[in-house]
Parts: sequence; structure tokens; C-alpha cells
Amino acid sequence: MTHKHDVIIIGSGLAGLRAALEVGKVADVAVLTKLYPSRSHSGAAQGGIAATLKNVDSDDCVEFHIFDTVKGSDYLGDQDAIENMCNEAPEVVYETEHMGVPYSRTEDGKIHQRKFGGHSLNHGKVAVRRSCYAADYTGHVLLHTFYEQCIKNQVRFYNEFQAMSLLVKDNVCQGFVAWDIINGGLHVFHAKAVMFATGGYGRAFKITSNAHSSTGDGLSLCTRVGLPIEDMEFVQFHPTGLYKQGILVSEGARGEGAYLLNGQNERFMERYAPTLMELAPRDMIARAIQTELLEGRGCGPNKDHVYLDIRHLGEAKITAVIPQIKGLCLDFAAIDPIKEPIPIQPTAHYSMGGIPVTVDGRVIYDAKNSIVEGLYAAGECACVSVHGANRLGTNSLLDAAANGRRTGKAICADVGKLKHSELPDNPMKAAQDEMNRVLGGTGKEKVIRIRHDLRDSMEENCGVFRTSEKLTKQKQILKDLHERFRHIKIDDKAKIFNSDLMEAIELEHMLEFCEVIVEGALNRNESRGGHSRTDFPKRDDDNWLKHTMAWRGEDGKITFDYKPVIIKNYQPMERKY
Amino acid sequence: MERTFKIFRYDPEKNGKPHFQTYKLDCPSGCTVLDALYNIKGELDGTLTYRRSCRSGICGSCGMKINGINCLACKTQVEFLKGKVIYVEPLPGFPILRDLVIDLEPFWEKFEAIKPYLINNSKPPTTERYQSEEDQLKIEEASWCILCNCCTSSCPSFWANKEYLGPAALLKAYRFVFDSRDQGAEERYRMLNTRSGLWRCHTIFNCMDACPQDINITDYISQLKTRIVSERY
Repeated sequence: MTHKHDVIIIGSGLAGLRAALEVGKVADVAVLTKLYPSRSHSGAAQGGIAATLKNVDSDDCVEFHIFDTVKGSDYLGDQDAIENMCNEAPEVVYETEHMGVPYSRTEDGKIHQRKFGGHSLNHGKVAVRRSCYAADYTGHVLLHTFYEQCIKNQVRFYNEFQAMSLLVKDNVCQGFVAWDIINGGLHVFHAKAVMFATGGYGRAFKITSNAHSSTGDGLSLCTRVGLPIEDMEFVQFHPTGLYKQGILVSEGARGEGAYLLNGQNERFMERYAPTLMELAPRDMIARAIQTELLEGRGCGPNKDHVYLDIRHLGEAKITAVIPQIKGLCLDFAAIDPIKEPIPIQPTAHYSMGGIPVTVDGRVIYDAKNSIVEGLYAAGECACVSVHGANRLGTNSLLDAAANGRRTGKAICADVGKLKHSELPDNPMKAAQDEMNRVLGGTGKEKVIRIRHDLRDSMEENCGVFRTSEKLTKQKQILKDLHERFRHIKIDDKAKIFNSDLMEAIELEHMLEFCEVIVEGALNRNESRGGHSRTDFPKRDDDNWLKHTMAWRGEDGKITFDYKPVIIKNYQPMERKY
Repeated sequence: MERTFKIFRYDPEKNGKPHFQTYKLDCPSGCTVLDALYNIKGELDGTLTYRRSCRSGICGSCGMKINGINCLACKTQVEFLKGKVIYVEPLPGFPILRDLVIDLEPFWEKFEAIKPYLINNSKPPTTERYQSEEDQLKIEEASWCILCNCCTSSCPSFWANKEYLGPAALLKAYRFVFDSRDQGAEERYRMLNTRSGLWRCHTIFNCMDACPQDINITDYISQLKTRIVSERY
């Protein structure tokens, strides 16, 4: 079956839905998701969305937000894109309020704001309340509100459809093929414009805050048609994942005053970031925690975690401003955080890298910013790059909403000039071949085992601290895992809701982009933001102040090119907090 | 510790009747029912079919009936489940597509029927619309609904009449009717004040027992009833 729309968006998280609302004003738009819109992982974001509304701290200003984001990115963020995002942030947030987001309120009825890591007044002097929040359900209420507005505006949804292959010829996007998970069968989606909003790839790591569904499918869908992906070596490890589970414990807790304690009951952040302490950026805190653990100052019998202590905030405040955290601790760690400190460890959380796009979300296919006609991307799957080497907390919801909106506007501007390109003779071939291959596998390997080995080894060899030795080892492990994947056998041959097939398809996506992460990390002989090489512990601006563009050939060979960082007002400086 | 699971199975592509299949699995402390399903699927039987995503209680995908109670599999710890056998079934009252996967279309139809979006046709200000803390608190808890369908599928009134809007849709109606910024109450009353609307709620409280977010759904539905009566009659 072929479905024809002007514009089709793959992914129904914050970026996808926000773009759909924009595009729906001028064109026929549909959104396709492998879940239901309200199940998207944007809903798991807790602490807030950054914007200099000045509702609580009147001294805040957009320039401080821009500076903090640039510095937070370890100077790899493109300053034109960062300026756009921070300048637009107040309007973007006000719009969400007008759409109905039930923000927490100040005494005078304005949107409430709290502190968050790396956000400061006067270029790092003191932490500032810039994060607009709805208790610790900010992502959830934003996602639901955007979905509600899509219902109001009669956006067409294709729920439980998995995108299988992208149709691109001569750098023009024709559409894509997707699999109807509920009924089985492939469908062709023919569009003037396709937008990726497929989210992140945290599932490639053992300890992660990400959903089972966060398998980064959009990235390998691009590399499979010869498009590059950018800065994949930059993976954010969030400092406070619930011990063993990795489930997110919002930075909002530290924004409200929570401490980090090691096994010696010491607020160790004093030694790493004396000014901002627990509100330093995530990459620094994750490294600080990992260092405490490596040097034997962890908590518990295995000294393999530290504590996040919120007890001093008191029951009333905890219940009022971070109620979800309380519930998560009770349900998933059997810990009452009002009475006991919360055991935490760094958790793979956010993908700074992704599909390279212009500042307006148009996908590019080389380091010269050449545009793929009719193809767009925004949100976590995209690399604009507003986060550079490390994202600041609350800038992800902002990125998704602001760049989802901006990309939607770009599509609106382009769609009149775009046309439905002619489809290839057999558009379903690649997708059908893939499904037949996976369904027909007769080997002995189990998907779950390969997935575990992938996630364990990525954590071990490509985690918070990396070395040439470990990454080289991981490169070989990935080769072996790929070979094992060729010998899988899946039990389920059914048409209806074949999640066994789905999990195998998702695993192959992860195997492919992990190669790009690992080789990118091996290639980048410096430490910057979320990429920390103990064999190259310093940032190297002379050689590495540039974006990695990586292509993965059909044979698995990775080739690199580099794109300059856009520097405007802020020259790279030493990063201290 | 090894536990026994009896899991509801139904495959429409095979002629077999629905049945329970037994699996035995070692479940260490901290293992959730979702973890158990994941391991059963991965290691024992890849055909076992269920929905899941966030595994942290916020996406609402893994609502199912576990030992007779509607809940999220990801939030349910195996070690706290009593009895020799753990029964896992799809949420009741909805067509079953396969195993633990139900057809959610009837659920979304009801959700959409109550106009689940802010209705305010006045021109917005250049900043936010103001709302008092007190007014925001009226809708805060209701806005935490994750649309998991544990409540509607636990409601005897819904089982008896599938036209009934059900608690999830009514909770969403409350969330907008009681939002000080909303002007759509009258439009929603037309849907709520019908034979299959608000008055089919018989205050049975099953929805509250089932809600993984501990939302006082029955209370909010009662407030809606009071509001309609006081404004309409």
C-alpha cells in the first residue's frame, strides 16, 4: 500500500509533534511512530525546559544562556545555532503555555523556574533559576500537550509503524518504507518532505536512562543510504541514574538543593567544581563520580555507586516539587528518599551526535553543508549542533521544541517548491530483503545475548572514560557481534505484532551506529565534553575544534570528514565551574 | 529465586484457543514483571508478545493484569507478588490482538471524544497566561495521567457498557474543565452529560486502585459531576 502526504514526520516525540503543529498550518502532514505518541521518550524528561523568562531571577538574560550553552558544549557547539535556540526560547516556552502546559507557578502566577546544572548568571558566577518546570513531569506534560494540540489540529497519525528504509536518490528524498507492526506488511510513504525525529540511542549501553525503544533507528536508516552522521562519539552520561537500573533521577533534585556524597560521606564535588558544586555540567559530574568509584571512595560493599541525598529538603518540598523522583525510588529501588540517600551511578542518557542538519533542520550530505532535498531532522536524532560535546540539562526539551518548530517552519517555506519525486521501481526491496533475511535466519544465535554483549561491552569500553586500547578492543568486539548477528534465529514468524522481529531489527541498527561511535571515539585523540580519553586527557583545539562527519559503507568501513565549528562571540577558554 | 508464570497466550494466526502457558524463570531481587517478560521472551520463547517502552513508569505501554490487578509490568516487583504462581493477562474489556497486546483504538476514541486539548479562543498575551498556584494545583495531579488504560479497563461500568467514556477520558475532561485557562467546558458537557458519559460512573473506585500514578480519579470525576449539576440544573 502507498500513502501519499505532503510531509511525513518519523517519530512522535517533542520535536516531531512540534514540527507537525507547524507544518499542519500550510500542508497535509502525517506523523509515524513505532509506539503511540504519548509513549515517546520525551515524556521521561523531568526537570524542565530552559528559557530566560526572568520570572524568578530577574538578572538573567539571553546572553548568559548562550554563553552557558557554548561553554557547556566544551566549545564544540555551533554558536549560530545556539544563538537561535536561546533567543527563541522564551517565545517557544510561552507558546507551550498557551497550548495548555500546566507549568508549576510562582506566587504571582507566572511559570516557575528552578536551577539546573551549568546554567548561571554572569558567565559562571552563580547558579540561576532558568529551568521552567511542571514539578518533575515537565517532559511528560509537554509531550502530552503537543499530542493534544495535534488531535485538535487533526494531524494524521500512523501509530505502531516501524520505519524500515529511506528512499533517497541523487540527494533527493522520495519517501520511505515502513512496516505496519499490528497487521504486518510493508507500506510505502510517498512525500514531498520527510522529517526524522526518531530520538536517541542510549539503549546501546548497559546502564541507561533510555527506553527500550531508544535504539537510534533513524541514524542507521540514514547511513544505509550513504548519508553521514555527525559527532557520534559524544554520548552524555547523566550523573544520577538509579543504581543498577539507570533510571533517570532528575537533575531537578540537585536544582532544588540535593547533595552528592561518596562512601566517606564527603560532598566530593567540592574538589571538582568548587563554585557550582552539584550544579556543574553533567560531563564533569559523571567523571567526578566515576573517579570517586575508581579510586575506591564509592558506597556500599562493592563501592560501585555514590549517594544523592535529598533528605534535608524535607518531605513537604520533596512531595511538592520532585514527586516523581520519590515514586521512582520507592518503586524501582525500594528506597524512601525522604529517609534514606538514593544510590546512583552515571547512566547513558543523551546523544549529542546525530543526523547533520543546517540551523533550520535541513539534512546535509557533506561537510560543505550541501542539502538533501526534502529531508529534515530535529530533536535528539539530529546534530545542529546546539549541544556540541556536552548538553546542559533542560536544553534538550528546549532543543526539541525550538528546533522542532524551526524545522517545521523550514518545511513550510520549502514545501511549495518541493514535489513528489518519482518512486523507484521496487521501493520495498530493501525493507523486504531485510525482513526476509531476519525472519529466515537459521543459525543458533539469540538476539537477547548479542544485545547484552553489545550493551555490556559498550559500557565497559566506550563509557565515561575511554582509551585507545579499550576502543580498539571494542572495534573488534563489534565486528564479532556483527558476525554473530548473521547467524541469528528468531522464534516468531507471525505477521501480527511480531516484536521478536522488531527487536532483531532494532539490534542491527544499534550494531551499525555503535561502530560509528567507537571509531569516532578512537579517531578523536583529545578529551572534550562527554568524550573523555584518559590517554589524551586535554582538549586539543588546534587539531580537534571540528565536527566529525562519518559515513558507514555497506561493508562496514567508516570514513571520516570534518566540518568547522561556527564560532561567533565566544572563543574557546578553559572550562572551570 | 525461581518463580512460575502463567501467561495468557492468544495467536489469531493459529487456530488454537486462548490459553495460559507456564514458564519458570529465576527472578533475582529487584526483578520486575517486565524484566521477567523480557527474559522469557529473550531466552525461552520469542513468540511471547507484549508492549513496552520506557520501563520507568512514565510511558504507559506495559499496562497488564498481574495476579488479577491492572498495573504496569515495569513497576511491579516480582518478589512482592504473593502466591505460587504469577498470572499475567492482557488488560480486560478490550479486543485482544495477540497475547498481552490489546486493541487500544476504542480507548483513544473515547480520549479524543472529550476534546482533550485546551480550548481558549482569546488572543494569547505576549508572555504566559497567568494562573494562580491554587488553580494550577487543581489540575496538576490529573495532568500526570500516562494514558496506560489501567483504569478504564478495570471499570465494571465500562465492562457493562463499552460506549461509556470511562475514567481515563473523564479524568482528561476534568483536567481541562478545571483549568482556569480553558473556555471549552460547555462543549465538553455535551459529551459528558449523556447516557454514556459521566453518569455511568458509579463510584466503584476500581480506577483509583488500578492507577499506577495514584491519581484520585474517582474524586475528580465526582467533582465534574458536581460542577455539571451546579451549572446546568
